[in-house]
Amino acid sequence: MAEFDIVHHPALITAAILFSIGLVGISLRRSIISMLMCIELMLTGVNLTLVTYAHQNQDLTGQLMVFFIITVAAAEGAVGLGLLISLFRNQQTVSTADLSKMKE
Amino acid sequence: MIDFIQNQLPTILYITFCVFSVLFGLGVIFLKNPVSAAFSLILVFLNVAGIFALQHAFFIAAVQVLVYAGAIMVLFIFVIMLLSVEHVEKDWPKKQAYLPIPIALSVALAGVFIYAILNTNFHITKGPYSVERIEELGGNITVLSQHMFSLYAVPFLAVGMLLSIAVVGAVVLAKRKVE
Repeated sequence: MAEFDIVHHPALITAAILFSIGLVGISLRRSIISMLMCIELMLTGVNLTLVTYAHQNQDLTGQLMVFFIITVAAAEGAVGLGLLISLFRNQQTVSTADLSKMKE
Repeated sequence: MIDFIQNQLPTILYITFCVFSVLFGLGVIFLKNPVSAAFSLILVFLNVAGIFALQHAFFIAAVQVLVYAGAIMVLFIFVIMLLSVEHVEKDWPKKQAYLPIPIALSVALAGVFIYAILNTNFHITKGPYSVERIEELGGNITVLSQHMFSLYAVPFLAVGMLLSIAVVGAVVLAKRKVE
């Protein structure tokens, strides 16, 4: 593969757009499982920003951060899906529209 | 023509990865079927892993594919299948009046981000780890591991602790209550 001077703007803009898409998804979708997927999308956007700036500034701290973020995201996904299964067992729904007990 | 493609291959790949990750990201929120949305998310992760690899972050790219696209998304699809798709499917708000406000706000936020990205000029002295320097020291994974097990040893142990707690917590949350 030929060496090439990477321009960082496309990756940073992609990261910003991915983060915003995740935000739209969280506020629009109604099932908790889709909201969790949108959280993962936002985390990916942040990871992309960290790695890109790490490459731009020739520093490895960003990549280490991303490693820790991925680990925490895995823990978050496991606990979130466990909560979801327990919620479904008790309420037979995973839609936030039906989960309005605290409003009543 | 072939010469041109060979010389420009990394750039072409880079732009392709960027465009496709945004397209599949839109797929995650606009596909009604949750299984399609999950597969779209897997493709986002793979494209982002490609961008990581092009930025010489090989370890992170591998972890992205193994942990995100592999483990986490398999868990998601498993739960979607477990809960039966119909329950997950009634997903969008019935009143479409809710639609414009979050979309407008998020587009505005993306606009602010992009404006900031294009107009910021960091006057930072660059760190010592240029691509050539990392190659001299033995490659991305060697240098990362040297950092991780010396300077970041305590966070590393803390993260291991967190994972153990999360595993126990997930089991406790998801298991049936014993009568």
